[in-house]
Parts: sequence; C-alpha cells; structure tokens
Amino acid sequence: MTTVRPPVTTDELRRLMALMTGDEKHSAAATSTLDVLHVLYGRVLRVDAADPADPARDRFLLSKGHGPMAYYAVLAAHGFLDPTELVDWAGPGSRLGLHPDRTLIPGVEIGSGSLGHGLPLAVGTAIGLRARRITRPDGEPRVVVLVGDAELDEGSNHEAIAYAGRRGLANLTAVVVDNSSATHGWPGTWSETGLAERFLAEGWRAITVDGRDHDAIEIALDAAHDDRPLAVVARVERKDS
Amino acid sequence: MTATLTVPATMREAFLHAAADAVDGDERVALVLADISAAADPVPALAARHPDRVINVGIREQLMVGVGGGLALAGLRPVIHSYAPFAVERPFEQLKLDLGHQDSGAVLVSIGASYDVGGGGRTHEAPEDVALIDTLPGWTVHVPGHPEEADRLVRDAIAAQGRIYVRLSDATNAAPHHGPGLVTIRQGSEGVVVAVGPMLDTVLTAVARSGRDLSVLYTTTPRPFDAAGLRAAVDALAPEHAAAPTVTMVEPYLAGTSARVVAEALADRPHRQVMLGTRREELHRYGTRADHDAAQGLDASGVCERIWSS
Repeated sequence: MTTVRPPVTTDELRRLMALMTGDEKHSAAATSTLDVLHVLYGRVLRVDAADPADPARDRFLLSKGHGPMAYYAVLAAHGFLDPTELVDWAGPGSRLGLHPDRTLIPGVEIGSGSLGHGLPLAVGTAIGLRARRITRPDGEPRVVVLVGDAELDEGSNHEAIAYAGRRGLANLTAVVVDNSSATHGWPGTWSETGLAERFLAEGWRAITVDGRDHDAIEIALDAAHDDRPLAVVARVERKDS
Repeated sequence: MTATLTVPATMREAFLHAAADAVDGDERVALVLADISAAADPVPALAARHPDRVINVGIREQLMVGVGGGLALAGLRPVIHSYAPFAVERPFEQLKLDLGHQDSGAVLVSIGASYDVGGGGRTHEAPEDVALIDTLPGWTVHVPGHPEEADRLVRDAIAAQGRIYVRLSDATNAAPHHGPGLVTIRQGSEGVVVAVGPMLDTVLTAVARSGRDLSVLYTTTPRPFDAAGLRAAVDALAPEHAAAPTVTMVEPYLAGTSARVVAEALADRPHRQVMLGTRREELHRYGTRADHDAAQGLDASGVCERIWSS
C-alpha cells in the first residue's frame, strides 16, 4: 500500500535540516544534493516507507555519503525517519551518523562514506535485479546512484562507468552532483564541464542540467535512454562560492 | 546434461565445476570474474547458458568485488574469483565495505596461493591473504589440501550464507581428509602439530623423520578456528606435556597468522607456540614451488628441523 502524503516543500526540508545544524545555515556538501534528492524522492523514485524492503522497489544509493543532512531530511520528510531523530544525529545513541549505515536505517540501501563504492555497488544491484527478473506493473525497478564530481576522481568509478556502458545497463542511472570540487577538474570539449563526456564515451546517455531546477532534473531523470545507462549531471554552484 | 563422474585434477577445476553446477542449479547463484578463469572449462559454456549470472567485468578487480556486493544486495549469492593478490589485496577496501559493512554474504575463491607460480615473482604471491582476511569480521576461511576437499568446501560455501574465503592451491596432499574442524591424523603424547591444508603430507613426513611422538591435527578451516578441538588434543597428551603444551602451527601462508587464535584457545594454561609459515621478508626469488618451499623452510627437512628443535 502506498502512503499518500502531501508534496514535500523546500521549506519543510530546510526546517528538517535546521534540526541537525541548529540554524538555517548548513554546509555546502549537504546542500549541493538537496534539490536532486528532493526531486528523486518527490517525483521519481518508487519507494515507500511503509514497505522499505519491497523487492520491486527502486533503489537509491547515496554514494557521496558525507554531508548526509539533506539525505536524512528527505528521508524524514518521506516517512523513513522520525523527525525527532534528527536532533541528536551523530550522537552515541543515534542511528544517523556523519556517514549513513544501511544496517541501522530501513530504506537506506548502502552504507557509504568512503568514496567510489556506490557506483560499483549500483552496477551489481542493477545486474542482480535483472538476473532475478524482478518487474513492477509500471516497468522494471531502477537503480539510481548519486555521486559527486570530486568523487569521480576515484578510479573504481571508471571501472564501473566503462563496464555499465558496455553491458547496456538501462536500469541504472547515475546522478552526478557537480559543484566543481574535483581538484583537477574534468576537461572536455562537448559539454560544459566535461563530466558528461566521460559517460558518453562509454556508451551512456548523458544529460547536463541545472542542479537547482526541479523540472529540469525531473525531465532528465525521465529521459528515454533505450538500452543504455543514464547519467544526469546536475550542476550547482561551486563548493567554495 | 549427463552427469559424468570425473575426479577433478586440480582444485581450480574442482571449483569451476562446482560453481558451474551451482549456477545451473540455483537461479540465485552468480559467478563474478575479472578475466581470470573466464576462458577455462566449463566457464565459456556456462556463460553462454546464463549470461545474466556469469559476469566477467574484465580486468577490474575493485568492480569485481563491488558488483559482487551489489548482487548480494539484490538477493543473489555471488561467487567472486580471481588470482589471490587480485582477489584480496587489490580490492581489500571493497571486501571491507562492499561486503562486510553492508552485512552482505559472498563466496570469494582465490587461486595462486602463496607462490603457486614459482617463477611469477612477488606480484603474483599472496602469502598475506589469510592474515588480511582475518582482520575483517565474520569471514570463514577454507584452505583445502586436495581437489576433493575443494569440491566439497566450495559446494557447501555456496549453499551457506555469510562471507567465506576459499584459498585454492596447486599444492595438494595425496588423500583428502574431510572434517568440520581439527581432524586427528596421528595421535601422539609429546605435543601437537596443526597442519593447514596443503601442508599435511609435508608435516607427516617431517614428524616421522623427527622421531618425536607428536599428535598431528589437520584442518581445511583455519577460521573460525576449532579451539575446542585444539584443547581436546592438548588434553589427550601425556599429563606432563598437557600441563604446558607446545603447539606448532604449520600454515602455507604468513607465519604466525594463527598465533592469535591459538593464544585464545589456550588462554587458560601456560603453553608454547611454534609458528611455521612463509617468512615476513621478501626474498626476491624465482624458481619452482618446491624451490620456494625450501627457501621458506616449508619443505619436509625445514619443517622437521623446526619440529625437532622445539
């Protein structure tokens, strides 16, 4: 049974984040992901806090596990967490750490924090769901992994990007939140930051959008990509801006 | 398919056929490779039958373990396989996080052991693998000493749950000895020698040559260690030796890997440990596996010398 809730507003998410930060300010690492997470949980992912272990659910893997306040706020807004838990986050009795732990929170698909693990895990999950032929009335479950542009420095991601492209894993989507924090950048010639080119060259469909524009993010996440995995590069302001 | 009863000649053959039977027979089992063994019989035919569950990611060992972890999250039983240094050392953080931290199960099977390819040099030697795995919580470690043991251990590991490392080698004993923990091969009175996997025949030769009356225990499962079995073997020694026993571990990997578990097993009594295995320093040598055994003091005369003098 799907739990029906009124749409989550940005104000509500900021109020929930303030429970963790103590004021209305929060770190850039946390907010760079806020709009993407808002759109994913509000408009795209087919997940239900009432049935977090549904085999046919979409999987969302937060690979960029540091700065998880926005993630916890969205989980609380969608019923996966009690908002009162946010107050003592990262405390000794809390389930909510500086990096999430899947064994502590139903609905959190992976424990993350060390960079470069989510995308390979997502590739394996996408292969596994197809091997098990798990379907939903509205299509096959999607596996969506969120990575950061600096996180893509880790070579393990490039093992995953190359293989997923060659294998044609269309049930896999990578969302790259790009706040220009990669120390050496991702130079390219076709796209603004060169990030999308890494994926295009390996056979993905790749779309670059304004990471603060909810409609643009949604349209990109819903874009047709045939038998290819989909990468959505969501550009936000520079980390130090 | 017609079942053919053939005895696999090597542990690797035994593993690949056991894994193939599991993939054929259980739709939850997947084989994850990074090129190693991808062209070995019966893998190509298996991959043709089950392209969705025989997954060769190419020479990408971090991805190999990450994909295994993702398959486990999707409800499958991954069997992950490569050469020992590339299965354990290169993707070590993936073993820690993509399997352990996610509370996921997997079967990790390596070949090559400490120096199976004697001319391969340091890049293809992994004498540290069991010690490394032993730092991670929840892993069972199997070190078979015979292809028939490998066959049984691999089949049981796939059917089980949890994280299981199976360390295969070209070094074998003449006959298999199955058993869940420590198996008594020879009953003695003066002390206990534990042989792990392929070290058994060498140990039996060395003990016979030493002229000492020692118990010889054998195990294919150094983790979890059979502490109760070791205590029982010590209690069965002559009373003057049981009170303060000498326990000699002979392991085909880094010397002292099992010092911790022996110490824990005998924490309630004074005892002496003699730890045989590969040496800690790098020898920078080539040659045959037998040459390496001799250089490491793990041939019969080297083991005999240590047993005799202890």
